Parts: sequence; structure tokens; C-alpha cells
Amino acid sequence: MEYQIKNISPNNLEQCIKCTICTVYCPVAAVKPEYPGPKQAGPDGERYRLKNPDFFDKALKYCLNCKRCEVSCPNNVRIGDIIQMARINYEKGAPKLRDRMLAETDFMGTMASAFAPVVNLTLGLKPVKFVLDKTMGIDGHRTFPTYSGKKFVSWFKKNAAAEQDKLPRRIAYFHGCYVNYNYPQLGIDFVRIMNACGIGVTLMEKEKCCGVAKVANRLIDRARKDATTNVAEMKEALARGAEAIVGCSSSCIFTMRDEYPHLLGVDNNAVRDDIFTATAYLYHLIEKGEIKLAFRKDFSMNAAYHTPCHMQKLGWGVYSAGLMRMIPGLKLTTLEQTCCGMAGTYGFKKENYPTSQAIGSELFGLIDESGADVVITDCETCKWQIEMSTGRTVLNPITVLAQALDFEETARLNGVKK
Amino acid sequence: MKYDAIILGGGLSGLVTGIALCRAGHSTAIISSGQSALHFNSGSYGLLGHIDGKVVSDPSAAIATLEAPHPYARLGAAALAPLMAEARQIFADAGITLEGSDNANHHRLTPVGEVKPAWLSAAGSPVMEKIKEAAKNGPVLIAGIKGYLDFYPAFLAQGLARQGVDTKTASVTIPALEHLRTNPTEFRAPGIARLLTGQALADFAAELRRAAADASAVIMPAVVGMRDEKPLAELERLTGKKIFYVPTTPMSVTGMRQQAMLRRYFEHLGGVYMLGDKVTEGRIADATLKTLSTVSLGADSLSADQFVMATGSFFSSGLVARPDSIRESVFDLDVDAPADRSKWYSKQVFDEQPYMSFGVHTDGSFRVSKDGKTIDNLYAVGAILGGCNSLKEESGAGVAILTALTVAKAIDKNLSAQKN
Repeated sequence: MEYQIKNISPNNLEQCIKCTICTVYCPVAAVKPEYPGPKQAGPDGERYRLKNPDFFDKALKYCLNCKRCEVSCPNNVRIGDIIQMARINYEKGAPKLRDRMLAETDFMGTMASAFAPVVNLTLGLKPVKFVLDKTMGIDGHRTFPTYSGKKFVSWFKKNAAAEQDKLPRRIAYFHGCYVNYNYPQLGIDFVRIMNACGIGVTLMEKEKCCGVAKVANRLIDRARKDATTNVAEMKEALARGAEAIVGCSSSCIFTMRDEYPHLLGVDNNAVRDDIFTATAYLYHLIEKGEIKLAFRKDFSMNAAYHTPCHMQKLGWGVYSAGLMRMIPGLKLTTLEQTCCGMAGTYGFKKENYPTSQAIGSELFGLIDESGADVVITDCETCKWQIEMSTGRTVLNPITVLAQALDFEETARLNGVKK
Repeated sequence: MKYDAIILGGGLSGLVTGIALCRAGHSTAIISSGQSALHFNSGSYGLLGHIDGKVVSDPSAAIATLEAPHPYARLGAAALAPLMAEARQIFADAGITLEGSDNANHHRLTPVGEVKPAWLSAAGSPVMEKIKEAAKNGPVLIAGIKGYLDFYPAFLAQGLARQGVDTKTASVTIPALEHLRTNPTEFRAPGIARLLTGQALADFAAELRRAAADASAVIMPAVVGMRDEKPLAELERLTGKKIFYVPTTPMSVTGMRQQAMLRRYFEHLGGVYMLGDKVTEGRIADATLKTLSTVSLGADSLSADQFVMATGSFFSSGLVARPDSIRESVFDLDVDAPADRSKWYSKQVFDEQPYMSFGVHTDGSFRVSKDGKTIDNLYAVGAILGGCNSLKEESGAGVAILTALTVAKAIDKNLSAQKN
């Protein structure tokens, strides 16, 4: 009897009752019949693969790893993890050069940042886009995010690092590749907000890419190495007095909390419960009465909040929307939860472009209906997709907060002396 | 996070409770671990369809004969009429069309051509009375979709013949559906319904109109209208025919539409719907539930004055059968079920199965208990209440909606007393 109760299959495989709820909420299956859908790709296919790996179906590469299947499953089957593990274990052949390029966000970022003006100009040129499209399979509709000439880390060391010890509290900031190479201003805004709340920010010396893109492109050994380094860095940061590890990107945070143990086999138990998205962390501090925010009287914005898929899986969209609702001048609509179609590097690939846009079309329609001027979301690749496809400005909640905050008054409320 | 009320379970009973509480001005959150049993709903709601194996024609009159522990008897027959009126208003305000009478069941056509009693039916439901009316003007077209396997025209034709309805059959398709059919095993109702909007719906309408020719009406699978009812009206306008949608093998498009529209209305009223999270623990002190811990939000992360269990029965895992006991799955609340396993079921599968009537133990106000002690601010609604075999009776939706509205009133009273 005890055996029956305690007999739990990997990823709750045997809890699947074959109801197909996951398949009807799969953004890919809805538009791409070549993809068998999460039930068949996941628990159904797994039964065959356990008998013989030859049953592995190449079409599993169409999975976005959005985890919407898991969110919809009434029986807590980790369908997305079953699919990704099958890709990791059974997909044959080395990843293409293009996939490596897209996945090595930190290496590419380092190289590109050094030559940012040239790289930005070059990647934006029509003939270059044409060549990338034809020779490498990077879709010509896409524009690479521009590389910032100045990395966030350089800005931090020069302008902020020295100030941080003067503040009474401390967190470690996981800036991620996007903030470091493409959009340092988001990191700068984050540091300013935390500082105004009396919280010092430290960086982790050897921070590596979270690995979300490497997992998607099957660079598993590389991802595992980076994950191991990151967990060690996070442990050390906590040991040195950081109260939490905080990041602005929902996918980085989700990857480090859940994909490390589930897909990469990297034990993050010692740090997992201390990893937060910036909005979740701020929300908690406000709720506990530990910090106060003061807002500008002249701020006004009509915005719609889009919950990124990985934020939905984290279950933390309530914090972002809740934090935004605290801003008096912000009129906020929350959009129905549906995938934008970008899914990190997925949408960059030429073969996925039509699927990507077909998936996103529902969301684009909802954004148009909302009448909002600005879309708020916690994921940079959602941002690229929505900006390209709707023409709307897309902002991270932290950027919105920085625009809306009365920094002086906030610092005063939190007892921060200048 | 703090709310006036938190509801565990985001299906029919949870959403109706949540909507009623939001309408009364209380901040409300719903936590739903995965999508709900509404996805399996035919689109018709039953109040009371059968008693003791006999078909009920006037459900309101038949309810008066029920005895406790049946939830209707516990609500009191006199209380039901105003609750039913309130339910209609809520659905109407959510933009959901429901037709039917509290005093006379209508009849719906099932996917295999049987006829079953129903209380309220969604827009486009295959209401037998209406089909018969239409059929006075000639044969009805039963239109399948090429390659779609969850629709059984031959059964329907036989069933309708028994009802004296003449039919003809046809199979229609359009290129976009042929593309979707590339994956034959996943060519299902929700996928088709997602596709049948805009130009694809117009193309489909043209094919359907041609196939229907001079038919008096069309019966087709429920594969239209995923987000709202607009495409239903649009298809009738484009074809010039009255269209009846027969429920399909789950997932049911009509059920998913009810779920989506109720959730949208709940959120529109300011409710917070957390999908994909699961309550792991509750902190109970002084006979009061204080806080909830969830998988995503962490320990003691949610608090509220009032709580509702709308977690369903066995199908939705609100109750679980362990080898030696029937348990309530979240808090291990007291359950009304015999300890002797042999009394849980009958060996004849089509018999009335005792386990179908199991539920959590509740007091006169539908408050649950743990270890024999009532929890003052934790109520139960819907299928987890037990006390009746809703499958045999066809009373599941009625019990869900009417108990939800009753408990919402009790909670409103508690909260209003505190606020004043």
C-alpha cells in the first residue's frame, strides 16, 4: 500500500490521464500540425521512447518550451520537461552553427559589444540580413537587438559599485546577457530603484548566461557548466550577505529556479528559494512594509501587461501586475494569457518565422483591442516580438517603475541619506 | 498577498462564487491547479434530469421531493428560485447566452443521437424541441467535417429518425482545414474552432451553404466559437441557416468558451485568477484558516478573511481515493465516506456507484471541518460537497452554481459585518 502511494514516476509521467487539455493550450499545436502536440510529444511518446529511443520524433524540435502545457495540466504532469529531456537525450546530430550563434548569447555579446557601432550597423543592413537569411537561416524579418557599446558591468563598476556599501541592505543582481550587452539602461534603472529603497546592489563576479538559449539549442554541456558556476556564485553572494538573487528577466529567473534541477541536473536547493524576479522581490518588500515607494505626480501611461510564458509558469505575473497597479498615473489592462510566439531564439530561425507570427497573432489582436499605448512585460524576447509585430513600445516593469518613481521622495521615505 | 476571499478551484463553482463575491465588492482570488472540468462540459447545464432512473420534466417541482444530504434539500427548495434567477443574470452579464426554463426541462441531442434532459443550454446547443420545430420545413442537414473523427453522423441520423426528424448528411472541408488535418490524430474541435474565424469562417460558410442547399437547418459538431459567441452568429448569418452544434469528444469548445468567458468576466470585475499554481498547505488556528502556502508563491504567501473549497470531486482531484481511505486532497478535511472499501462501489459498472456521492463533511452553512472541528471561514461548494450522484441525476451544474451563490451570500454577509 505504501509502495502504491509513494510510487511517483519521473516528471509525474504516470499521472497523465490522456485528457488532452495540454494539447488544446499548446501555442504550437494550434498553428503547426507537423508538431504532434504536448500530450503525444510528452507522456504518450515517452512510453514508446522508454522502450526504444528510435521512437524519438524529430518534430519535438518545434516545442517552444513555453510550459503552457504544464500550467494547464490538472494533474501536475511535467509535460514540457518530458519533451525537453527527450530532446536532450535522444535528438541526434550536433546543433547547427546558426543555433550555436543564437544560443551563445554571452560570447556573442562580448564580441559584438566590442565592435557595437559596426555590428549594429552591419546587422541592420538589408544585404546582410539577406545573407543571414539565405545562408544561415536567420529570418530576414527579424532585426537583431542592438548591442550597446558600453556594457552594464562597466557602467556599474565605474559609476555605482563604490556607493553600494553605504546602504544598509544588500542583494545580488543577476543582470543577464540582455542587460549587459543590449540594454544597460534597464540595469541602471534597477540599481537606482533599489538604492532609493536603501538596498545596495552587488554583482556576481563570474556570472554566466542563465542558459535558457543553450537549453533550447541543445548545448547542454555548456549550459550545465554555466549553471554550475552560477549556482556557486549565488551561494557565495548569499554567504557574503546578499539577502536575495534578483533579476529583471523572467526567463533567466525561471531557468535558474526550475530548469537547473529539472533539465540540467544541477542542484540549486541551497539558493532556489532566494532567487526572485525584480517585481516579486519589490512586491514582497512593500507588502512586508520594509520599503516604501513614492510616485511622481506628473506620470501618466496607458499600458497593457503581457504575462510572459515563463512568468506564467513561475506563477508570478500577479507581482508584476500588482506592482504596476501601485502606480497612480498608470492605467493598466492585463492581457489574456497567450504566447507571443517568439520564445527566445525560436522566432529568429527562418523555418519558425511563420509559426512564430501565427502564434503571436492572437496576442497582437488583444493588444490592439486593449487600446493601450505601451505594453509592459518582463521578458526581452517578448519585447522584440511585440515591438516588431504591433509597433507598440514595450517596457520592462522596472523601466516603467523608474519612469514613474519620485526618486528623491522615495529615498527620503526609506531613510536613505545622500 | 491579502484578499477578502480566496477560492481554491477555478471551474464552474469556483468562478461563480468568485464572480458573485466580486459583484458584492470584495477582493477575490482564485487559485486553479490546471484547467477545469468545464472543458468536458457539453454546453448544457443540468438542474435535475433524473430521479431514481426516471426522467424529470419539472426540475423545480422534483427538487422539492429531495431529502438531505442532497445539496438541494440542504439549500431548501424555497431558496432555489431566486438563486436560479441570479444565476441567469450572472451568465447574461458575462455575455453568455443560456436558454431554458426552471420549471420545464428541455431536451438536448447527445453526440450518439440520444436525448437527455437539460436546464440551461448554451448558444447553438442542439435543443431537440428546436430541431423538431425547424424540421417541419424539411430535412435537416447533418454536416460532418472531412477527416474529423469525433462526430458520428450515422448515430445522429438514427437518433433523429426515432424523434421523427428527417435528415440528410454531407461532409464539408476547406483548404485551411485540410492543412490542419496533416496531423490526423490531433484534428480536434478546439484546433478547428481556433481556425474558423475571419476569412476561414467565410470560406467554411460558403461550403456549408452549398452542402445545406434547401435543408431546413444544419447540425454540425461544436467546432465554432472558442473565445466568444460571435462566430456562431456570423456562421448563421453567412449561411442563412439555423445551426445546431452537437458536443464533441473533449476538449469541448462550448465548455472552453464558458470557462474563458466566465474567467474574463471575473477578471473584468477585478478578480485575480492564478492558473497553474497549487495550494500545498493551510495554517489553521482558532478554528480559522489563516494563510495558504502554494507551490509558486511559497509558504504562508496568501491570506484572506474567507476561503472556499471549489476543488471538485474525484475527477478534479478534490477528493482522492487511497487504498484504505477517501481523502480531501488539500487540507485532509473530514470526509463523509465509509471506512470499509467494499462499500465504496458496486461491482456492476452501470449501477449507481456509492463513491459518486462522497464529499467533504459540512455543517448547515456548508462550512467544512477537520478532525471533527468546524473551520469557521472555510466553505465548500460544487462537486466536492457530495450528497448526490450528479452523474446519474444530471444535477452537477445546478449544484455547482446554486451552492456557489449560497456560499457567496454567506461570505458577503460575514465580510460586510466585518467591514462595518
